[in-house]
Amino acid sequence: MKIVPTSGPHISTENQVSSIMLQVIFAICPATLFGIYLFGWPAFNLLIITVVSAVVFEYFCLRLAGKPSAILKDGSAILTGWLLAMTLPPWAPWWVGVVGSGMAIIIGKQVYGGLGQNVFNPAMLARVALLISFPVELTTWINVTPFGSALAPDFITGLKITFEQVSDLDAYTGATLLGHVKTELSQNHLLPDILQNQFTIQESWLGFMRGSMAETSAVLLLVGGIWLNYRKIINLSIPTAMLFSVWICSLVFNWWNPAHYLSPWIHLSSGALMCAAFFIATDYVTSPNTVKGQIIFGACCGILIFIIRTWGGYPEGAGFAVLLMNAATPLIDHYIKPRIYGRNRQGKPLEAKE
Amino acid sequence: MISLVEKMRIRGGVHAEENKKQTANQPIQTELPLDTKLYIPLQQHVGKAAEPIVRVGDKVLKGQLLAHSQGMISAPVHAPSSGLIADINFYPAPHPSALPIRTIVIETDGKDEWCELKPVNDPFSLDPEEVSLRVGAAGIVGMGGATFPSAVKLNLGRKSKIHTLLINGGECEPYLTCDDRLMRERAEAIIDGIRIMLHGMGVKKAKIGIEDNKPEAIALMKKACEPFPDIYVITVPTRYPMGWDRQLIRFITGSEVPAGSRATDVGVLMHNVATAYAIHRAIRFGEPLVSRVVTVSGKAAKRTINMEVPIGTSISHLFSITRVDPDKTARIVMGGPMMGESLPHSDLPIVKATSGVLALTHDEIKTGTEQPCIRCASCISACPAGLLPVDMANRIKSNQLDAAVSIGLKDCISCGTCSYVCPSNIPLVHYFKYAAGELVARQQAQHKSEQTKKLVEERNNRMERIEQEKAEEAARRKAAKEARDREKAEKARLAAEKEAAS
Repeated sequence: MKIVPTSGPHISTENQVSSIMLQVIFAICPATLFGIYLFGWPAFNLLIITVVSAVVFEYFCLRLAGKPSAILKDGSAILTGWLLAMTLPPWAPWWVGVVGSGMAIIIGKQVYGGLGQNVFNPAMLARVALLISFPVELTTWINVTPFGSALAPDFITGLKITFEQVSDLDAYTGATLLGHVKTELSQNHLLPDILQNQFTIQESWLGFMRGSMAETSAVLLLVGGIWLNYRKIINLSIPTAMLFSVWICSLVFNWWNPAHYLSPWIHLSSGALMCAAFFIATDYVTSPNTVKGQIIFGACCGILIFIIRTWGGYPEGAGFAVLLMNAATPLIDHYIKPRIYGRNRQGKPLEAKE
Repeated sequence: MISLVEKMRIRGGVHAEENKKQTANQPIQTELPLDTKLYIPLQQHVGKAAEPIVRVGDKVLKGQLLAHSQGMISAPVHAPSSGLIADINFYPAPHPSALPIRTIVIETDGKDEWCELKPVNDPFSLDPEEVSLRVGAAGIVGMGGATFPSAVKLNLGRKSKIHTLLINGGECEPYLTCDDRLMRERAEAIIDGIRIMLHGMGVKKAKIGIEDNKPEAIALMKKACEPFPDIYVITVPTRYPMGWDRQLIRFITGSEVPAGSRATDVGVLMHNVATAYAIHRAIRFGEPLVSRVVTVSGKAAKRTINMEVPIGTSISHLFSITRVDPDKTARIVMGGPMMGESLPHSDLPIVKATSGVLALTHDEIKTGTEQPCIRCASCISACPAGLLPVDMANRIKSNQLDAAVSIGLKDCISCGTCSYVCPSNIPLVHYFKYAAGELVARQQAQHKSEQTKKLVEERNNRMERIEQEKAEEAARRKAAKEARDREKAEKARLAAEKEAAS
């Protein structure tokens, strides 16, 4: 019996960093599997490429920094790659995934010092950088071609789509709902006409529509998010604040002028909002530490998303909104702190009262 | 809505795996083989160590005074069993360091013979001061682990006109069930002890807080306090560290103890249930505090039990009773697993503060390697004091202790909740304990350098003064000499004039 005295606590939670990452990955699985089902082998290839290259870049950076490669086991690189892949156009060529992973891991995370040190969400940083650098590839939205449908590419075709330049892709593509609405509105068309024959709200919630690889199914993302909350990995303050603020903003504008402003339910069910609310904005590293701070963070994200979607140059603004609020996180944490027991908010002792 | 309000009253905390069922249904055993030697440290309390009044070779009876208290804050020590005083010397203390501490060793004679006791039939006819005196003479200290002399607290309660006595039956530490068993088996005695305390402080009302994971104890205690309308049992949520006095005070009374103030400033005072029981024994039966209920648990122990153990019994004796497997034992913890101290070996005595001894296996203890912080903020939401453990640790890491103090380091209660919840296994509370120690050391160093500076300054002043005095003295002498010379010259002149005249 050799005992080294140490101070308490002598016990700890089962929760470990790697198990947290694993559970988040588990929570995004339904939406991802659905995305692969919708968009076929190319989507699967893109996911694998992005995740594998993220891990390779992480390994490379760890070697360079002289850190033990056992850090890879924390699963954070896999998660970053996975989240990035979810937000990419499903038939994006292989190099989009690789370049994106590189930006996420190297510029988004490791240059700051690795896990926990980054200011911006790595996946969103890479997503936005890709969008600005490669606007064509990042806005090529493939039609829904589920496995078993006539247009679904087989495995070999899938590899060709991913690894070779495909020239006649235009036949299979179209705009996302938000993109379509933005274009049409700019041509002075009115919403009821634009949305006619384009869209049913069920499809939008379930996700049978064009969009990023695993962002189309609002319901499955919601399920994953609720499960994460049930597992106490995330709390719902950020998602709730974010969804509610988008809902309220769009409700007010839609009520004021339904011909020009989308209904709140379309806002909630389309684009990257659900994914960002539950899986991107809730990233521990880049979001505030206190519940109050998280509510402010989430609400501001939501308002920014609504503003960018409605008046901005891009049809979707989730990535930009999250990054902007990431930058504001240290400020929020500086001003919003929990009150210390026995002290007021300014840190002075409370007045004694019996 | 009410539950919402209740929730607001406790902040942070964790619901750790309780591990109480191993011992919760084990009645308190009293008929256990007596240890052949009892090691009774003279300091088992906050304050000054007791001073022995016995000599080696003396025969003592159980309950006999061995060492009397010293000064205002101290507590006497009594013989836990009858026998011979074998030694009065320095022996390892039940502390992680196991540094030597002055200890009386009794070789037990196995008779366990009580000395003459002075029971009180009607404690309520005693003067309140007399209650405090007797409690003090019985060597009773806070049995929840704080070990503050109870008599001092009773006096404080009497002087500061508190309105409610709070009794801590929370027992929020995992594994421990000694208070639970005590409440289940000796509820009437505890209530009697509470009534005696109320009498001793001149207070009417008492509230007993018990965590809701002890339904049997709650039911029995409620039944026991039925005849007394001013004593209530209050069910509190199971949430470590519910037993932190200030957490319990806020939950039960709704008022928060201001930073830097005492509980009495909000009109309450808190004692532990085991202390109430000890006071009952001390006043009603005249028995000093010579034994306590201890939980022995942990997966390395084949038998997990609660037992009433004479103070000074060695832990290895308890381990042989509970058949602890030394090969499986990865850590010996005295107290609960959250705030308890790990001991280097088992040849250390049970003291008044020992609520439990745990023989933990490797699977039970925290062993994960430290990983980078992912800012999950679990520590922030878990901190019962409302601190920012992650930020404090970062500041301490970069040696900015003052910055850590400015965000609340001194309000840390070292409950360890932050370290418990951290998924990256960062030893947060260790940083805070280190920083607290380092701050004291720095203050001492600063004090020392200031003292030195002062002494040097004084010396310089003194030297200057001496120089000045010397100079003045010299000047005076010179002046005197000149005066003398002038006088001489004058005299000579006068004499010359006289001569010339004559």
